[in-house]
Amino acid sequence: MFRFVLRRLLQMVLAFFGTTLIVYALMFAGQGDPIQALAGERPVTAAQRAYLTEKFHLDQTGVGGFFYRYFDYISNLLQGDLGQSLTGRSIVDILTAAWPVTVKLALIAMAVTILFGVTAGVLAGIRRASIFDNSTLLLTLLVLGIPTIVLAPLAQYFLGVRWQLFPPTAGADPDFYALLLPGIVLGSLSLATALRLTRTSVAENLRADYVRTARSKGLVKRRIVSVHVLRNSLIPVVTFLGVELGNLMSGAIITEGVFNIPGVGFNLFRGIRTEDGPLVVGIVSVLVVVYLISNLVVDVLYAVLDPRIRYE
Amino acid sequence: MRVRRLAAWTALPLAVTLGLVACGSGGDGGSGESNPDAAVRIEIAEPQHLVPTNTNETSGSQVLSALFSPLVDYDEANKPFEVAAESVTSSDNTVWTVKLKDGYTFHNGEKVTADSYIDAWNYGAYAPNGQNSSYFFEKIAGYEDLQGEKPKAATLSGLKKVDDLTFTVTLAQPYSEFKTMLGYTAFYPLPKAAFSAPGLLAESYEQAPVGQGPFKMKGTWQHDAKVEVEKYDAFPGEKPKVAGVEFRIYQQPTAAYADVLSDNLDVIKTIPTENLSTAGTDLGDRFQQSPASSLQVLAFPTFQKEFSKPEVRKAISMAIDRDEITKSIFKDSQQPARSFVSPVVAGYRENTIGATGEFDPAKAKAMYQAAGGPSKIEMSYNGDGGHKDWIDATCNQLKANLGVECVGTAEPKFADLLTKLKAKQPVGLFRMGWVMDYPSMENYLGPLYSSTGSSNYYGYSNPDFDKLLAEGASAPNEEEAIKKYQAAEDLLAQDMPVIPLRYGQNNFGHSTKVKNVEMDLFDRVDLLKIEAVK
Repeated sequence: MFRFVLRRLLQMVLAFFGTTLIVYALMFAGQGDPIQALAGERPVTAAQRAYLTEKFHLDQTGVGGFFYRYFDYISNLLQGDLGQSLTGRSIVDILTAAWPVTVKLALIAMAVTILFGVTAGVLAGIRRASIFDNSTLLLTLLVLGIPTIVLAPLAQYFLGVRWQLFPPTAGADPDFYALLLPGIVLGSLSLATALRLTRTSVAENLRADYVRTARSKGLVKRRIVSVHVLRNSLIPVVTFLGVELGNLMSGAIITEGVFNIPGVGFNLFRGIRTEDGPLVVGIVSVLVVVYLISNLVVDVLYAVLDPRIRYE
Repeated sequence: MRVRRLAAWTALPLAVTLGLVACGSGGDGGSGESNPDAAVRIEIAEPQHLVPTNTNETSGSQVLSALFSPLVDYDEANKPFEVAAESVTSSDNTVWTVKLKDGYTFHNGEKVTADSYIDAWNYGAYAPNGQNSSYFFEKIAGYEDLQGEKPKAATLSGLKKVDDLTFTVTLAQPYSEFKTMLGYTAFYPLPKAAFSAPGLLAESYEQAPVGQGPFKMKGTWQHDAKVEVEKYDAFPGEKPKVAGVEFRIYQQPTAAYADVLSDNLDVIKTIPTENLSTAGTDLGDRFQQSPASSLQVLAFPTFQKEFSKPEVRKAISMAIDRDEITKSIFKDSQQPARSFVSPVVAGYRENTIGATGEFDPAKAKAMYQAAGGPSKIEMSYNGDGGHKDWIDATCNQLKANLGVECVGTAEPKFADLLTKLKAKQPVGLFRMGWVMDYPSMENYLGPLYSSTGSSNYYGYSNPDFDKLLAEGASAPNEEEAIKKYQAAEDLLAQDMPVIPLRYGQNNFGHSTKVKNVEMDLFDRVDLLKIEAVK
């Protein structure tokens, strides 16, 4: 187990450098004129242009310039310095301010997914072909079919503005209640997927030999389901949730925008829109780490759920 | 300005919200007793900077308008009048004497003196400081010496202190409307405390700017969240009618709009395009419109042979039905334009292009064919600004009315379009937008159409026009200057290097908790007028 984790950690270092290199290269290649992008449609003064060009080494172009800027970036990164965004704010500061609220939002969405998705999935799996099963099928198909860009404003309008059940936006320092609606919206998509996954998995395992054996031993149904079936059924769900956690952490660009939550997605969106290379690369570098770690945790969890899986 | 980014016109394809039933609350703005102890909440985007000489977008400028009091402000006729200045005078339009009113203090107690202005402007003009608004000082003598990587001088030779409350500004060339310029953000003073060493701004200053205006900072700038200000009791000028303002930061105007509907926010400065059709029913008379300074035009590459004849350009203008496009595509969120300057500046005249602005397809076609206009027209625009709809509509009108082929070409960003134009690549007709720096006709003419203008991408050059502008700049007074500028505008109407299409509008709304919401010339909420309702 220890050797497995160590090996994975070493692989992560490689993966980290590989991905940052790619992201940096993409941002570099896609960059038109970031100084002009920052100024919008105004002409930029020569003084301002010279100042920013020097500060961000924007005069270093071509392949040589790319590696110069990349190594410059990486050497700063290794010292824990993510640099400054084009507007002069420290990216570490931006991320420190943005993470807590994104994490809170992600956890609420995750809780919603597990609480409703997995529970309803188990119920639907046990009562296959019942009314409950069919109605959840219909409902999840509906939710899966509506993209967040439609669902979020609709939820905001009806639940926030029209019926005033929730505050319509969360703002910078929201309480739990203000984050609940965006959390539910964000979680609803993974909720639907988790529900389908759990339901299929449970329904399949209920027909497995070991369940029949357990039943013939005279175990009560509750124990069969909660201990025998659930544990085996959760493996695909945990895989899904692990990847989903990474997705949620990376910030829900749309949800955070609609509910005005200044989290990671909010900043990423701004960075992309204003061609703020340092900001985008900085955020993505950190996100890469989040993904790598959440994947590692999922892999380790497999062994917990299924003792047959051993790591060497 | 945020409008400069033209985000205001970004139409997100959120058609579904258009179909939503309006929540009929029918507002009652304008009634209710004023509550001077309440704070109001105003929507902004995250400012890029909060240093006067570095702030050139509306969000930052809105915050600074609370913290600072300008030298001059503008009256109903858009003419400047003194606020923090006692007088701004000149006998020759070159040497200007600025006398300050006594009694103004910065929020840290420091007295406002001539040095406060001189230091701030020197800082702004000094190229290595990389200030966004440094070009506002380019008319002042000595500006050139502060440019380049290693400038020859650190201070503007044109700024001289006379006594504690008086200083003179010497311009490199006579400019009759210098006083008009002084109302903008870039010309605010800075306290001594803002500098960590002479000419070096303290890094922490921007997080809690100290000004001499009606409000002072309450805490620091909370990035992506809010900036709070409260009333500054020692302010000697016109007192605000609210106890404070919370500038709340939004990334998307749709979120702000939802908050205004449910009274969680008091003022939204730009109602999102997709909500405009329902804003009237949602907000009632709390939905308001006022002229803004922006101007949208369709420009010609006059350096290309096929567009070099004014008749061709005029015929195209006459083949476009501005009113129809403004109505059906912009839902009246903008106004049709038939002049080259915006209604928000003194000297504006309605319909200076005359018959060229009338929609007359028959005449247009005859004129177009007589002048031998090209049989295929291309229109370039930036794809990120929501311009596709109106470009396509304009193209369709040209197709139908002139019998030409027309195709719209999107460039990813406006910067890409500008790069191509600078290289004089054939892009066909292209869209341009302009937002003024200071409320003067000159600002709509000089940078855009003079032979050396910084934003003259059309290759337009008319010696008579240049001459009139120079005469306007050295005219003995503002009235004379305006006459020259109007004559210059008439030349544009003859030559039509661009087709004026639409004026921008502020489409703003407010909650039931405030009244007297007005926008100023720089698309900012007027913080001295707004009142909270009990």
